[in-house]
Amino acid sequence: MPQTRRFGPMSNREDGRAGSRPPRRAEEGERDWSVILEDGRAKTNEPVSGAVAEPEATTLRHEPHEPPRQNLPNKLFEKRTKVHNKRIDGPFRRFKWTVMFITLAIYYVTPWIRWDRGPYAPDQAVLVDIANRRFYMFGIEIWPHEFYFVAGLLIMAALGLFLVTSAVGRAWCGYACPQTVWTDLFQHVDRFVDGDRNARIKLDAAPLGPKKIAKRTFKYTIYLVIAFWTGGAWIMYFADAPTLVRDFWAGEATPAAYITVAILTLTTFTLGGFMREQVCIYMCPWPRIQTAMMDEKSLLVTYKDWRGEPRGSVKKAKKNPEKYGDCIDCLQCVAVCPTGIDIREGPQVGCITCALCIDACDRVMADIGRPRGLIDYATLEDCEKEANGEAPRPPWKALLRPRTIAYFLIWASIGLAMLFALGVRSHVGLSVAPDRNPPYILMSDGSVRNSYTLKLRNMESRPREMEIALQGLPGATMWTDTSRRESAARKQAKLVPADEVLAVRTYVVAPEGTETQEFSFRVTSRDEQQESVETEARFDTPGASE
Amino acid sequence: MANRNAENREAGGKRIDAATGTETVGHEWDGIEELDTPMPRWWLWTLYLTIVWGIAYVILYPAWPLIDRATVGVLEWSSRGELAEDMRLADLETQTFREQLAAIDVVKLQDNPELLRQAIAGGRAAFQINCSQCHGSGAAGSQTLGYPNLNDDAWLWGGDLKSIHYTIEHGIRQPTENEERQSIMPPFEGVFEAAQLEALVGHVQSLGNDQASHPVGAQLYADNCASCHGPSGQGSRELGAPNLSDAIWLRGGSAAEIRAQILNPKMGVMPGWKERLDEATVKMLTAYVWSLGGGERISEDAADPAVRTDVEP
Repeated sequence: MPQTRRFGPMSNREDGRAGSRPPRRAEEGERDWSVILEDGRAKTNEPVSGAVAEPEATTLRHEPHEPPRQNLPNKLFEKRTKVHNKRIDGPFRRFKWTVMFITLAIYYVTPWIRWDRGPYAPDQAVLVDIANRRFYMFGIEIWPHEFYFVAGLLIMAALGLFLVTSAVGRAWCGYACPQTVWTDLFQHVDRFVDGDRNARIKLDAAPLGPKKIAKRTFKYTIYLVIAFWTGGAWIMYFADAPTLVRDFWAGEATPAAYITVAILTLTTFTLGGFMREQVCIYMCPWPRIQTAMMDEKSLLVTYKDWRGEPRGSVKKAKKNPEKYGDCIDCLQCVAVCPTGIDIREGPQVGCITCALCIDACDRVMADIGRPRGLIDYATLEDCEKEANGEAPRPPWKALLRPRTIAYFLIWASIGLAMLFALGVRSHVGLSVAPDRNPPYILMSDGSVRNSYTLKLRNMESRPREMEIALQGLPGATMWTDTSRRESAARKQAKLVPADEVLAVRTYVVAPEGTETQEFSFRVTSRDEQQESVETEARFDTPGASE
Repeated sequence: MANRNAENREAGGKRIDAATGTETVGHEWDGIEELDTPMPRWWLWTLYLTIVWGIAYVILYPAWPLIDRATVGVLEWSSRGELAEDMRLADLETQTFREQLAAIDVVKLQDNPELLRQAIAGGRAAFQINCSQCHGSGAAGSQTLGYPNLNDDAWLWGGDLKSIHYTIEHGIRQPTENEERQSIMPPFEGVFEAAQLEALVGHVQSLGNDQASHPVGAQLYADNCASCHGPSGQGSRELGAPNLSDAIWLRGGSAAEIRAQILNPKMGVMPGWKERLDEATVKMLTAYVWSLGGGERISEDAADPAVRTDVEP
């Protein structure tokens, strides 16, 4: 027996599905508790629990059954066991309903929210306008050169996940992950069409007849509708939603729209309808990353084995109250699990911490008159203390600790910094590209001309009159591509269209004898804001090059 | 546990991991072992799917390399073909613009900002292909080789749209062309004595500024040069005679350079592009050269004789 401390051994989930099969009976009406037969292999059921073993046994918590096998069958691949999770009601299930409702509502409704930006900008509240390279989010408009805001949002999302994971473990997996939400949705469809767990198991085993075909067709049609709607909602974020819907059904939308909808329909249908927990267990990298981010102070859905073991029926426990723990091995925790694991085997990669087993167990404990919380959110540290007889600590106290506070502060400061940057950013911009070939031009009157391409950026959703002015370079005047040298002056005005960058060829002429020097262009908006930006440039003359 | 593992080893098996009940693969790296967890069955199906995909791809697209090409594939797709199709579509898109441009009087471009903008953009590309070899990629020309700078406001043959257009179409000093753009400057080798030449060079240099010059030079200039370059050296666009009174010297403004040009003048030639380029491209080039900063509006120069051309669009 290895004496190392083990936090959350990653159990192979197939082995972890001991309870999903009907308990084998060694004798008529009496289960042999010393051995568990699983997958044709016998495992001992020796309890390893702080409640019955020596104090140091707490360090061996969640030690699964030892496999007393002689030879392992040579298995390269294994067949998937379908999960038919049972309906349950309880606080966590209701919380899951709420999160599911909110997240789905956000996803489907957001593109339809309107936001008035005047006649020059789209009126969709959230719009990723790839063609015009603009990102609209309510009052915020992001240009490509401000993509660092999106990078900041992604950093916040990452830190947010660190924060949540360090505090409440895989809460993202359990409640908010799209894979979880859509799997949950599809499982409700299963329940609606085929009935609850037992009915579904029976239907699965039944031969293919007219009734089964009808039910399957009906179910897959609903799957398809949901999947199509999911794919359809996605593209609404990238174009004006009402127009796109009309174009889509008229066959006039871009091929990209149809291809995207087709791909997302297919992936939703497959991943939500069929792959489900397989995505979490085999495909997703997040469970692995999260395992590394959790520590002994993270809240996890935990089976309190020191209290539950050894398992025994209510009847047996009544006869022999000293011998048995609180777990009556009713397997309700397994039946309700959406990924089909047995939480009593300890933390494992298949557990998405949706806490439905807590609801199930609490319900059973209430029925048989034992205290709730045999399966509960708890930290490993608290579990060890509790197993050693200390008073249990309320789970919320685990949330406040230096690590979560540090994560929160970093997360919040990035958010505040971004809000600040958004608030003070200028809505005019100017970039100057001088002509390098030729660097200067001698004019027939002996003066020297330099040419520049100015880019005037107007980030407001209305046309703005802007004034370009020369700063420095005494005696110089300028004109632009739409004016003539006769109208050359120190200042020129330009009307910059709404939400656009206007390229202006600018010719600056300085009198004979001017030396090569630095100067700058200043652009000022001629409106209430009087926003102004200055960009440096260089004036080249033959004087410097000789 | 150890006992069981020993038994397993004797039976030819691997160590069994206690936590998961799974065999290890039998290797150990610094105490880290790898579990031999079976793959899910559906994973195998993704492998088969990729094989099917591969076969379909080989049938549909170019796949097997041959000596000078690859197998064609049922779809007959190729990257070159795709590019050709893209180019064809791009040409189609500019079709209306080119037709519009070919139809319009080149002078009217100056009052049609949208068409002018497009013409300038197209002209920039055409300039790099056809003109930059002599005039340079920035159209700055070359003083040593005598290619005029097209950015400045000094024009030998006129700087309005019509004149530029005519120059591009017919070229400069092309034997096959009509009489326009043909004038030449005679060589004065052996005509002047050394002192006379110095006086003349001094006078030419003084034209651009108000310095007094030698009366001999002024007289020589009036007798020999003023008929083309004008009495005060302002030049003539009709004859392509450069303005000698401005700050720009096509072939250099030093005494030696001026002397060399008087004795044995070099005159630029330029091919005509009418036969080589289509009408729209010539107009795009016209617009581009005109836009470089020295372009003149035709109304301002209506009285200028250089504007009169025998080509009426």
